[in-house]
Amino acid sequence: MEFFLQLLVNGLSLGFLYAVSALGFVMIFKSSSVLNFAHGELLAIGAFMFLVLSAWAKLPIILAFAITMIGSFALGFVVERLFLRPLIGEALIEVIMLTVGLAIMFKGIMLFIFGGDIHDYPKFLPEGLSMEWGAIQIPSVYVATFVIGILFLIIFGLFFKYSSQGIYMRSVADNQPAALSLGVHVKRVFALSWAIAALVCAMSGIVLGIINGVNVHELSSIGLKVFPVVILGGLDSIGGAIIGGVIIGLLETFTGGYISTSLREVIPYIVLVIILMVRPYGLFGLVEIERV
Amino acid sequence: MNKLQFHPCGNFRESYYEEIRIFETDFGRLWMLIGLMLLFVVIPFISSPYMLYVLNTMGIYAIAAIGLNLLIGYTGQISLGHGAFFGVGAYTAAILATRAGFPFLLAVPAAGLVTAAVGMVFGLPTARLKHLYLCIATLAGQFILEYVFVQWERLTGGAEGIVVSEASIFGIGLGDDRVFYYVIFVCFVVMIWIAVNLIRTRYGRAFIAIRDNDRAAEGMGIPIFSYKLLSFAISSFYAGFAGALYAYYMMCITPEPFNLWLSIEFIAMIIIGGLGSIPGSVFGSIFIVGLSEILSHITQYLMNVGDTGMGITIAPLREFIFGLAIVLFIIFEPKGLAEVWRIIRSNFRLWPFSY
Repeated sequence: MEFFLQLLVNGLSLGFLYAVSALGFVMIFKSSSVLNFAHGELLAIGAFMFLVLSAWAKLPIILAFAITMIGSFALGFVVERLFLRPLIGEALIEVIMLTVGLAIMFKGIMLFIFGGDIHDYPKFLPEGLSMEWGAIQIPSVYVATFVIGILFLIIFGLFFKYSSQGIYMRSVADNQPAALSLGVHVKRVFALSWAIAALVCAMSGIVLGIINGVNVHELSSIGLKVFPVVILGGLDSIGGAIIGGVIIGLLETFTGGYISTSLREVIPYIVLVIILMVRPYGLFGLVEIERV
Repeated sequence: MNKLQFHPCGNFRESYYEEIRIFETDFGRLWMLIGLMLLFVVIPFISSPYMLYVLNTMGIYAIAAIGLNLLIGYTGQISLGHGAFFGVGAYTAAILATRAGFPFLLAVPAAGLVTAAVGMVFGLPTARLKHLYLCIATLAGQFILEYVFVQWERLTGGAEGIVVSEASIFGIGLGDDRVFYYVIFVCFVVMIWIAVNLIRTRYGRAFIAIRDNDRAAEGMGIPIFSYKLLSFAISSFYAGFAGALYAYYMMCITPEPFNLWLSIEFIAMIIIGGLGSIPGSVFGSIFIVGLSEILSHITQYLMNVGDTGMGITIAPLREFIFGLAIVLFIIFEPKGLAEVWRIIRSNFRLWPFSY
């Protein structure tokens, strides 16, 4: 029973990590319907930016965090302007391969600068956040992750629901030509959504970095784990991403705990195939799949 | 009777027959003969052993790239699992050769057929999915197959892999690179011949119709699902065939090479070469294999000449340049090297009025 509970807690925390890291992906897909294969690299860039500022330049944590946010916002803007904008209206395969190419480029640069080692942040989270419940422990980083995840969900839920930019984004995602004809500045929406997504990615990257240490390979492989999470939750649903992340996290830890550790790595993809066959729009996605 | 023709300056075709001809003029046939002569008589004898190795790798990858182009470029179905399909071919050939004692001539086509069956299984989601959902489904297929390669130890030897003994055709051993060069490039020419002619048949035209507009294609009476499956099968056959050649050429296979990176390399080949172009796939594989060989030479050179530390730090820049090449091609020449080649040719054809 205790084993079960520990697995449950581990799964939930892993799931929240997946959920938090999937948010930026959903942001980009929701407004520009681009499948971003460079997602893991965006996470890593944010994490490393924070690493350089906090551990190497020894800035105060708040300042380092703020500069990282501004920097990644600008990065998202530049990436969209330089690479994605020339491809508006091009075929899907080209957009996908462009993000794959970007992923390879970013990874190469980061490996060049930081190498393949694991780096650590200076400790700054208060220890008082950690919870203990019987024999089961929840470290403070996970509590922080949980809080951040919920905060993200609320902020972006409100942003998409009420702010004018959020409504523009939803309209562009829904029907691009119609949004254009109603005077929505579609290109600006794309640029803004990439910028916000890069910012969200940087936040998730920092959270992941606090828990596991900052490593290029690890963070970029999380970019591929995001696919089962978002498909399960529905590609365009932020709440779905959270729940999808939790389900995948639980599934992974329980498979690892009860069946076999090697199956753990593929079980998300097996679920992914089943979900795609049965319910391609995910648990909470918009039902508009075509069957031709 | 053929009459000797020059290239016309525009589209003056009068019948569908002229539209689907492979060679527009007799010069095309002449160039092809010259090319075949170069390929089979001149090149193998002037190349160093290292060049032969590079050429053989290019040939193997080109076969797989042609298959992938039939799927992505002509049928419009994206597959991120071709690296794994290539691996299925390699493993099937190796297992058939070591366990069942199949001869080379039987094992390679059999590996192609088995891979075609596997490809059809992973093509099944096309019944309901298209575009990015299909892309993600094939991505999942890639990971599942990789898992099978590593975990099904009784059959695949797990992480240690399988050692394939030297094959022979009609008593001639294939251990020599030059002999294997002939094997690969005979297969290569046959595979190109099949692919080019496949596109001209009703199947090929149906594939193109599905790519251009699947609803219209269904409206015209093309059973879309079976044609998509057929396209997956043909494409995986090519990948498996190439994989089998790879297994015999490398003589030892492990699960590592058949990862997502290989799938990405295959797609990079056909994007850089040109989607929907058979010569494009060949150009693309020459470009990608050539690029990675040149880049690894540069890093090795720097390791030997400069201090070793510099060589190691510079190694990731290989990946960077690889990614940069993909990105630049997609942004500046989305139709790939095939389009560059066409522009060069039409510049000559239309000279001195080439604008």
